[in-house]
Amino acid sequence: MTAADRVLASMAVLESSVIEIRSSEDVVRVRQETRKRAVAQGFGLVDQTKLVTAASELARNTMEHGGGGQVELLPLDDGARKGLRLIFTDRGQGIANVEQALKDGFSTGSGLGLGLGGARRLSNEFSIDSTPGAGTRVVMARWK
Amino acid sequence: MEKIPILKMGRFLLVTIQVDMHDRLAMQLQDDLTDRIVKTRARGVLIDISSLEVVDSFIGRMISNIAAMARILDADTVVVGMQPAVAITLVELGLSLDGVRTALNVDKGMALLQERMADDSR
Amino acid sequence: MATAGTAIRSLFSTQEKEFLADWTEAQLNATSLRGDLMKESELREQSREFLALLRVAAQTGAMDRVDGVAWAQVRDFLQTVSRSRAQQGFSPTETAMFVFSLKQPLFARLRATLSNDPQQFADESWVATNMIDRLGLFTMEMYQKGREEVITRQQQELMELSTPVVQLWDNILALPLIGTLDSERTQVVMENLLQRIVETGAMIAIIDITGVPTVDTLVAQHLMKTVAAARLMGADCIISGIRPQIAQTIVHLGVNLQDVTTKATLADAFTVALRRTQAKLPQSGA
Repeated sequence: MTAADRVLASMAVLESSVIEIRSSEDVVRVRQETRKRAVAQGFGLVDQTKLVTAASELARNTMEHGGGGQVELLPLDDGARKGLRLIFTDRGQGIANVEQALKDGFSTGSGLGLGLGGARRLSNEFSIDSTPGAGTRVVMARWK
Repeated sequence: MEKIPILKMGRFLLVTIQVDMHDRLAMQLQDDLTDRIVKTRARGVLIDISSLEVVDSFIGRMISNIAAMARILDADTVVVGMQPAVAITLVELGLSLDGVRTALNVDKGMALLQERMADDSR
Repeated sequence: MATAGTAIRSLFSTQEKEFLADWTEAQLNATSLRGDLMKESELREQSREFLALLRVAAQTGAMDRVDGVAWAQVRDFLQTVSRSRAQQGFSPTETAMFVFSLKQPLFARLRATLSNDPQQFADESWVATNMIDRLGLFTMEMYQKGREEVITRQQQELMELSTPVVQLWDNILALPLIGTLDSERTQVVMENLLQRIVETGAMIAIIDITGVPTVDTLVAQHLMKTVAAARLMGADCIISGIRPQIAQTIVHLGVNLQDVTTKATLADAFTVALRRTQAKLPQSGA
């Protein structure tokens, strides 16, 4: 890689990116972009996998239960460590009982909680803001 | 349209998943597989996920569905080749592939299926 | 002053070749030269490339703004040089000298060019000094960062080396853990074990903790997660060498150990593993 290539590459991932989530192909796109950014931030393979898997769960939730929405991917760097934050937003029906939604396990079959609880377990930072009837905003982050 | 290929290996069927699957492809696979199990009277299904770098709850559900449907059709399912990073993530995620046997590779998976078949016929 | 550094700029453009020769000579004659660490041809090439980048940056950007966009490629190049020299074994000073050694030949040329204008010479050498100082300091910072990365990587490798996974028999691996385990080391070690399971196709991995004095809850959790992950992959684990205190920790965690085989010694575990794997030997040679 020449010096010029490096400059260009570093510029490409310093900014955040936004991906619209409408179809399952978009969910695939979210996985790919998350992987790319996780690699760029220097995450090891296991951490990359956790990030991509969590992103996949949340993207699917946005598509299926949020009626479609978007995700914003932000590279983080606090000087000491690097990280990656993903913000999922939708204008769907919202979640009536967030606590409950986070508790549901996978064995209970289909349902809202599957993706949320799992994604939280795979993240270092996690928060949900939801208003029934107005939409949902999920923020997750992982640090190196 | 892309399709996931299903290979016949004796009394078993081998499915190798190499692409990042979207919904339509996953549905297609489940349909094709149940079809082939019946047509070939297969006694076992091997799902090779050694190329999958991510397994989320959707894929997990698909695998469980396949195993359940195969069971009804008198066939066993073994998932082979799970990557370490995927296994670690699934444990963290809390996803257990209940009712699905696993093996390290296709050879060991086949041995497992043959064992089950031998057990059944006793 | 927008025109600060005019003479320097012009020097870079019109006398680049000669200046490069001066500078390279100066480096090769310096006492800080490390001919044992880097070949002359490599030094010449590094110098040539750097000067070319300097020329472009000086033309497009202000010379007192080396942190600006126009100087990005110069900074990038210095970062690469710092990193590679750190890896080659150069000291921070030796590495920074690459930049600081520009001063002498640059001043010499400027004096020759501006012999009739001492005032401009003074101005230009001030600009030159500032520019070179800032770039030199930047190089030292980059060197520091590079060394930190090397140390981190070496620590990682050391962790993996200090807990080797051993193949005891066909299909049986053993991981004898020794010493106090911390969370990070345990994670690295466990990931390594899973990787070896895939590589060797081992059906059973014996994790022996005889040599581990204490296990805290975090480490116990990692152990359990590793066992679960190995299961998911299609292999099994046996844990051997559990002392009473460690058994208590595991029970307090509420971990279900019922379906994980535990044995008092590695030897016992090996016997069990052997029995299990022999029973499953495929009939045809493999």
